[in-house]
Amino acid sequence: MESMEKKQKLTAALIHVLLILVSITMLVPFVWMALTAFKTITESTSVDPFVIFPSSWKVENFTEVINNMSFAKLYFNTLMLILGRVICAVLTATLAGYAFARLEFPGKKLMFSLVMFQMMVPGQIFIIPQYLMVSKLGALDTIFALVFPGMVTAFGTFLLRQSYMGLPKDLEEAARLDGCNIGQTFLFVMAPLARSGMVALGIFTAVFAYKDLMWPLICNKTVMPLSAALAKMQGQYSNNYPQLMAASLLACVPMIVLYLIFQKQFIEGIATSGGKL
Amino acid sequence: MAKQAAATPKKKWTGRQKSEFIWGWAFILPTMIGLIVLNIYPIFKTIIESFYKTGDFGKGNQFIGLANYQKILSDPEVWQALLNTFKYAIVEVPFSIAIALVLAVLLNRKMAGRAAYRTIFFLPMVAAPAAIAMVWRWLYNSEFGLLNNMMGTKINWISNPNIAVFSVAVIGVWSILGYNMVLFLAGLQDIPKDYYEASSIDGASGIYQFFHITVPLLSPTIFFVSVTRIIGGLQVFDLIFMVMDKNNPALYKTESLVYLFYQYSFINNNKGLGSAVVVFLLAIIMVITVIQMRMQKHVYYN
Repeated sequence: MESMEKKQKLTAALIHVLLILVSITMLVPFVWMALTAFKTITESTSVDPFVIFPSSWKVENFTEVINNMSFAKLYFNTLMLILGRVICAVLTATLAGYAFARLEFPGKKLMFSLVMFQMMVPGQIFIIPQYLMVSKLGALDTIFALVFPGMVTAFGTFLLRQSYMGLPKDLEEAARLDGCNIGQTFLFVMAPLARSGMVALGIFTAVFAYKDLMWPLICNKTVMPLSAALAKMQGQYSNNYPQLMAASLLACVPMIVLYLIFQKQFIEGIATSGGKL
Repeated sequence: MAKQAAATPKKKWTGRQKSEFIWGWAFILPTMIGLIVLNIYPIFKTIIESFYKTGDFGKGNQFIGLANYQKILSDPEVWQALLNTFKYAIVEVPFSIAIALVLAVLLNRKMAGRAAYRTIFFLPMVAAPAAIAMVWRWLYNSEFGLLNNMMGTKINWISNPNIAVFSVAVIGVWSILGYNMVLFLAGLQDIPKDYYEASSIDGASGIYQFFHITVPLLSPTIFFVSVTRIIGGLQVFDLIFMVMDKNNPALYKTESLVYLFYQYSFINNNKGLGSAVVVFLLAIIMVITVIQMRMQKHVYYN
């Protein structure tokens, strides 16, 4: 019996060793990003002797990048992109999700099949016509252009439909007996109960808006979010790795901080809702 | 309009039906208008566009039938891009799934640091791909990169045409691992604990349980994750765009179909040709979706 316990402890220790090794692999790129961001170019390219820590922490990398790339604007544009998409997507999907889950009306099945169809198609197929539309509206290089493709969401509609379907039926009955019409029942009874679904969709939308690269590259040349600005910067600063890493770090930190604070909501919002398809 | 519907004797709608009709359509209208304008119309527009030669400044587009398709199907660069895309997916998908599955099984128990491990593995999901690509480019740098430094090698990770696409796929695995793992952890919650307890009493080892209980019972989740990852992998763009410079000698052997789509449509401004490439991609993904639907029955009824 004792040897069995020993064996179990050994297995547990081995598992931790393995998990720690994987953790290091996951963290090294981020740590190296941060360490390089504080080095001089000479230090960052020093091979012999190999330098891990900067000899003096060069904060100028950050101040220069912040000024040259006008980071305040980049943060603002990214924030507007995220807010615009999250507000539009959550609002429209909350309404449509409820109707698809709980109301019966002619045309519902056909409309829902359009929603499902959209989810099966690779997203790149929408991009050229979306670009031509924004261009015709004369809205290229605006915040509106950034938000445009994400104003409604088939996936979000599907996700919130699932949330409403999970709610008990008698709540609606009770509200109806109290004299609420469908709009009131939705607004005061059902929508508040689907809040967790809305939060999940909001986080999902926010993270993917923040990660979106191709659309911002195409539609905007000056009103850039962080992702597109990093791509443009790479072309200009090709070998100044400390400043490239400083910019990358500045671009990543806000989202990572939010993630560390709201871990559970982030993981549920991104992965668990992705798994419900 | 509602009054008319109510007045028509044939339908005889009750008040409830009438109000569900009005509210229902009012609720879905914003989404449906958006979907039709932003997604449904563009699908047809892109397909139509693929039959046209994009006009130069001011000139209209010119109908050329299947010429764009003939052009891409006879262009070795497109077939190379297709091959590159498959190579990428063949590394990214199985490795990210296998590693994620093992990690999920290891974490699916009460243990110290469980939440911390999960948080760390999931971290790349919330980082901008542009930033991730840049730091990996730096790690891969052949002269000053951390990787070559630690291993004492001089490998051209991303400029050797033979290995570059796999180096990019490694970044893909690293990025998506935590996401897959969380999906597997959710799937593992549904496997009854008794199965493991019963087989433990019978003296089954952890590895035996993994292959005889976990994998079979988790197969719907594994199947779902595989399909979504294959489709996602075939659409790879960000990493290749960011990691591979235009003058990188390995570019030809790494550029993906979506990369070509971007290049043709928005750099060379030949939207007709770009549309043909993306319709080609759509066709490939549709074939995979049909295969998936056929196979799904087997996975769920086994």
